[in-house]
Amino acid sequence: MSWIPVCYEYDGTLEGFLTCVFESFAHHEEPVCFQTPHEDACTLWDTRSVNTDRRKAVRVFRSMDARLGRGASRLVYRAFLTCLEEKEVHIYRFLQYGYQRERGVMEELGHPLVSVLQKAVQHLEREAHLYTGFARFSDHRGILVGEIEPKNRVLPLIRSHFTQRYHRECFLLWDRTHQEALLYQPGQWVIVPMEELRLSAAAEEELHWRALWRRFFHTVAIEERRNPRCQNTQLPKRYRNRMTEFCRDGEGMEALPGS
Amino acid sequence: MNVMDKLTILTDAAKYDAACTSSGLERRGKRGRMGSTTMAGFCHSFSADGRCVTLLKVLMSNACAYDCQYCVNRRSNDVPRATFSPPELAELTIQFYRRNYIEGLFLSSAVIGSPDITTERMIQVLRLLRETYGFWGYIHAKAIPGADPMLTRQLGLLADRLSVNIELPSQHSLALLAPEKKKAGILAPMAQIRDGIAGSKEELARYRHAPRFAPAGQSTQMIIGATPESDRHILTLSQALYDKYQLKRVFYSAYIPVSDSKLLPAPRQFQPPLLREHRLYQADWLLRYYHFRAEELLDEDRPNFDERVDPKCSWALRHMEQFPVEVSRAEYEALLRVPGIGVRSARRILTARRAAPLSFDILKRLGVVLKRAQYFITCGGKMLPGLRVKEDQVLGHLAALERPALFAAVPEQLSLFDGEVGG
Repeated sequence: MSWIPVCYEYDGTLEGFLTCVFESFAHHEEPVCFQTPHEDACTLWDTRSVNTDRRKAVRVFRSMDARLGRGASRLVYRAFLTCLEEKEVHIYRFLQYGYQRERGVMEELGHPLVSVLQKAVQHLEREAHLYTGFARFSDHRGILVGEIEPKNRVLPLIRSHFTQRYHRECFLLWDRTHQEALLYQPGQWVIVPMEELRLSAAAEEELHWRALWRRFFHTVAIEERRNPRCQNTQLPKRYRNRMTEFCRDGEGMEALPGS
Repeated sequence: MNVMDKLTILTDAAKYDAACTSSGLERRGKRGRMGSTTMAGFCHSFSADGRCVTLLKVLMSNACAYDCQYCVNRRSNDVPRATFSPPELAELTIQFYRRNYIEGLFLSSAVIGSPDITTERMIQVLRLLRETYGFWGYIHAKAIPGADPMLTRQLGLLADRLSVNIELPSQHSLALLAPEKKKAGILAPMAQIRDGIAGSKEELARYRHAPRFAPAGQSTQMIIGATPESDRHILTLSQALYDKYQLKRVFYSAYIPVSDSKLLPAPRQFQPPLLREHRLYQADWLLRYYHFRAEELLDEDRPNFDERVDPKCSWALRHMEQFPVEVSRAEYEALLRVPGIGVRSARRILTARRAAPLSFDILKRLGVVLKRAQYFITCGGKMLPGLRVKEDQVLGHLAALERPALFAAVPEQLSLFDGEVGG
């Protein structure tokens, strides 16, 4: 019995996607592409709009660890945050294969359907790890404000690190790529959509600390060991445009749209 | 003198210290405190020499009473001198930390007056940070050899990691170049710190709120290439330090000419032995994570590392009788010894082969570097299809693989390879 190929339109959330998975198994439909409302690519297949249903999503999510092996739900959750192209299709195929094969799929690390997700998740986790070090904050009237431009949606992964680190501070960390921000005040955090961030110019004191940091950064390098290629490998240039030590004041943190 | 000038002088004086890690301790944030630490640590930036910047690495003072020949801060050297006041340094640390520039403070110092006075001043800074500012981030402090053990203990209760620099790899070199430092004087605080850490762990097991002494362990560093010791001598010393003193890390620092002393290599023609330092770090990893012993890697006939290939390849080439390893059956320890297979890929092989038979394609997806591993493994009883290399050509092939990377790391060493036939 062959399943009918379709294109699913959903709201772009993980819950929405998991509802699609539920619907696909319920109706014997095989999604070959996924669309969110913002995209209007036309496809050759029948398009079906799927309404997010939390109960169905939870059922699918809970079934994963039991039927695919430990860590499956975590892999799917994280894969959904990655910038893997057509991530929905990849995750769907992984699930389809996993449900067929029953236990053991999480051990099949060398299977193409599994390794494509794991590579993408590794990329996400590595980027998140780097941003915990490379993100820079400025003090704006007592509130710490930072901005990052990641390829993957790293905020949910780095959230707990920064809320631990800045336990008694208030801070805002804006993800320019995905237009969302992590907001924190002691005891409370939230990740919300945020299209732009306008900041007033930095105060005198803030400029003073930045200047000291730049001085430290340039002084600590040993001239006889100069090695720009190693520096580029460890700290790729795409991270640098928001980093204090690589920007002059008036660039980077202040050069935000509309300010 | 303003803070900017002090920071410049005291960073410049501290930059030759190799250790810059913020790892070894998981400490979650706490109400009313500032900061946290994590097991793996973070790099916050990379300086122009490609080294990780994670801690604010400065000296408390560079006005030294000693005259060690290899050291830029020696008494007889004509350089500007400066000393931070404890509040200046504490404020600098906190403000850098808040902006996520650093993971904490690495505090070292020249000997101001005496080891005791120096240690007391360092304690003042750490106390200010921990108690007044509620700083909960990482602190690495240098124990000053010769200081009162009670003071070193206080330092260790405030810091996360302590280190004592072994400075030079042999007693003879130490006596020659650092007459004020004695081997016994360096090893005594090291042993004290080791016992302090062990004692604190024992107490913690009994009382949850027992004070923690250097919970991220201790480390040390030595200068490479200023004195004539062989790699074998150095690596055996490191191994003894790991075994006997339970060090977390030994750091190696290629000597950079900072002095005209006749006892040291002349600054003019001298190139810092960066490739040698790199090979020593690679071997150090083999000791700590790959179950190798120093005696296996180097012996009396072969006291130095082959500069063309890494120590693991070099070992494998001399032990071809142990290869090829059959990846679908070999034990973890045997897999770890294959060039091109690391800790991560070895673990993955163990998991993956339970679920499905392995193939070379699968190995590649598991992260095995086949370019290296192909000469040393079979998969399902077969070598990689199409691989035709005679045993004596393998070295040439492996050396050729390293050449582009070496080009980046150590351009001045390239002349080494001019006579080499690539594969």
